[in-house]
Amino acid sequence: MATLLDRLWDPHVVADLGEGWSLLHIDRVLLHDLSGARALTEVGEKGHAVARPDLVFATPDHAVSSAPGRTSETFAGGARPIAGLRQRAKETGVRLFDLGQPGHGIVHVMGPELGIVLPGVTLVCGDSHTCTNGGVGALAFGIGASELTHVLATQTLMQRKPRAMRLTYEGVLPKGVTAKDMILAAIGKLGTAGGTGYAVEYAGSAVRALGVEARLTLCNLSIEMGAKMGFVAPDETVFQWLAGRRFAPKGAHWDAALRDWQGLRSDVGARFDAEHAIDAATIAPQITWGTSPEQVLPVTATIPAPATPGDRAALDYMGLEPGRPIAGTKVDWVFIGSCTNSRISDLRDAAVLLRPGAKVAPGVTAWVVPGSEIVKREAEAEGLHRRFLDAGFEWREPGCALCVAANGEAVPPGARCVSTSNRNFVGRQGTGARTHLASPAMAAAAALTGAITDVRAF
Amino acid sequence: MDPFTTLTGVAAPLLRANIVTDMIIPIQHLVGATRQGLGQHAFERFRDHPDWPLARAAYKGAPILLAGENFGCGSSREGAVWTLQGIGVRCVIAPSFGDIFFNNCFQNGVLPVRLPEDAIRRIAAEVEESPGNARVTVDLERQVVVTPRGEAIPFAVDARKKSALIEGLDEIALTKKRAEEIAAWQARDKQARPWAWESVAP
Ligand code: SF4
Repeated sequence: MATLLDRLWDPHVVADLGEGWSLLHIDRVLLHDLSGARALTEVGEKGHAVARPDLVFATPDHAVSSAPGRTSETFAGGARPIAGLRQRAKETGVRLFDLGQPGHGIVHVMGPELGIVLPGVTLVCGDSHTCTNGGVGALAFGIGASELTHVLATQTLMQRKPRAMRLTYEGVLPKGVTAKDMILAAIGKLGTAGGTGYAVEYAGSAVRALGVEARLTLCNLSIEMGAKMGFVAPDETVFQWLAGRRFAPKGAHWDAALRDWQGLRSDVGARFDAEHAIDAATIAPQITWGTSPEQVLPVTATIPAPATPGDRAALDYMGLEPGRPIAGTKVDWVFIGSCTNSRISDLRDAAVLLRPGAKVAPGVTAWVVPGSEIVKREAEAEGLHRRFLDAGFEWREPGCALCVAANGEAVPPGARCVSTSNRNFVGRQGTGARTHLASPAMAAAAALTGAITDVRAF
Repeated sequence: MDPFTTLTGVAAPLLRANIVTDMIIPIQHLVGATRQGLGQHAFERFRDHPDWPLARAAYKGAPILLAGENFGCGSSREGAVWTLQGIGVRCVIAPSFGDIFFNNCFQNGVLPVRLPEDAIRRIAAEVEESPGNARVTVDLERQVVVTPRGEAIPFAVDARKKSALIEGLDEIALTKKRAEEIAAWQARDKQARPWAWESVAP
């Protein structure tokens, strides 16, 4: 009786190190311009070669401007790390997807999009949202820069197997409710430490009904629940989505891969260390009110009275009054982007709200930042960018941008932003910025009305 | 990496749950930064607040941090550990930690100790009786935290991580000794899962 975690983990154990520790083979490594550039440099400084450059892929995403026409120097602070990444990638033979090339993008968007990430592979990146890639059925997790250096030098990592949790969503999602709402609702229920020490398998009919991009969104916020990794058993939906992608197996290899992938699921009756269930039909569009993703509400709810000093501080920071409905709260900024919600289906979800003549509300600054060059080109081919631009959104270049404000772009102090990203921490989108996490459609609704709005009213 | 054996010093109480690594250091200070000099930015969005516990002179430079549940959750940035080291921290005691931060600590010679919340509150209460004077000892060899009044509280630590800290081991060098095993695994896997290798072959 094996769980999916067992099936992903066990075959990758190169050596059992005792006491629950394994030396785990890592099949794919993704690098970005901050931790990745650093680790590539460090591995050389420590006198090691990159063990398997053929399994390593790099792209600059964090410290790059998203302004139209940008280069790696538009944001001066990013020029050096990006130059370093390029230089070291060249020296070591690591493949780099540079600005403007198909394949460039937010590291967790470009990986699955290119088929670098596949069901059943182990994948690491020096980035906590590596768990996103579990959406295709990979065992993917974030690590620190030192562990990343270890992986680059040896293609392995010493890890302890996490405990297995299953989070089941049965039922049909109501209209206007998305994977983002599913995972925010779970974090609201289990808390930001609810998944600490666990690998989370998302299961149930509502999960199986999701497209691959929505599964990536679902897994993206595993880390906000404390879980280093989260995944969905790969199925026909995943196989069809991956077929033909640039680094997906071809021909006989594809057939062999399919045979392997079909076995990647938990046995009926497999035992989990923890189990939780959420009725998908009861989930409403979610919006965060505080400075932690667990401080989240259905958009129909009222702002809660503070239960702890932490709640009090969060309400103060957010400038909110308990007892008032969260809907109707005026917003100044809207950000549609990040590795959570910047894929083509996310942009389509947002664009659905843009009826002819629709306009961003006066005084609201609204950005759309596609997750990758391929997403951007696809959206432009469909004319989505025109619709966003005509409605008064800014259409920008791919990267992390306002998700983390590491590239010189920031929401101004005190401004309120509805954001499709994953972290509403104090100062995350800029010093003093107030972040409300929500789905792309909820973000678009906020942009058009100038206030937090129930997307189901559209 | 500096070896860690035993440490005696001031323990600063920061008993809030869910201190995310974004709070320890905002990302923009890590863009193009080195490991050194990050201490000046530690907790910079919080430290000027009158209620911020670490703002008190008695706790300046404290090598031990007494923390709340889920310390170091969120972003994987290892700079969070370097920043704590930059303000002199060598040991963090908390009921639970973010998984990635927990591993990052060991990589840098910082000891994360898990103790029950009530034990941490007890230590904090004893510390607060004489802020800046009370001393706490963390003895990794014996696996105990000794409170200012002399109570010895045992803690569990992974044997592998413990010896790595005490001896200051280089994990890459250790793993490289297994180069043959790794190569053999890869050779077997190429037979078993050729698709996993061929699809990314340059
Ligand atoms: S989009 Fe945000 S969460 Fe995702 S990798 Fe970039 S900074 Fe991290």
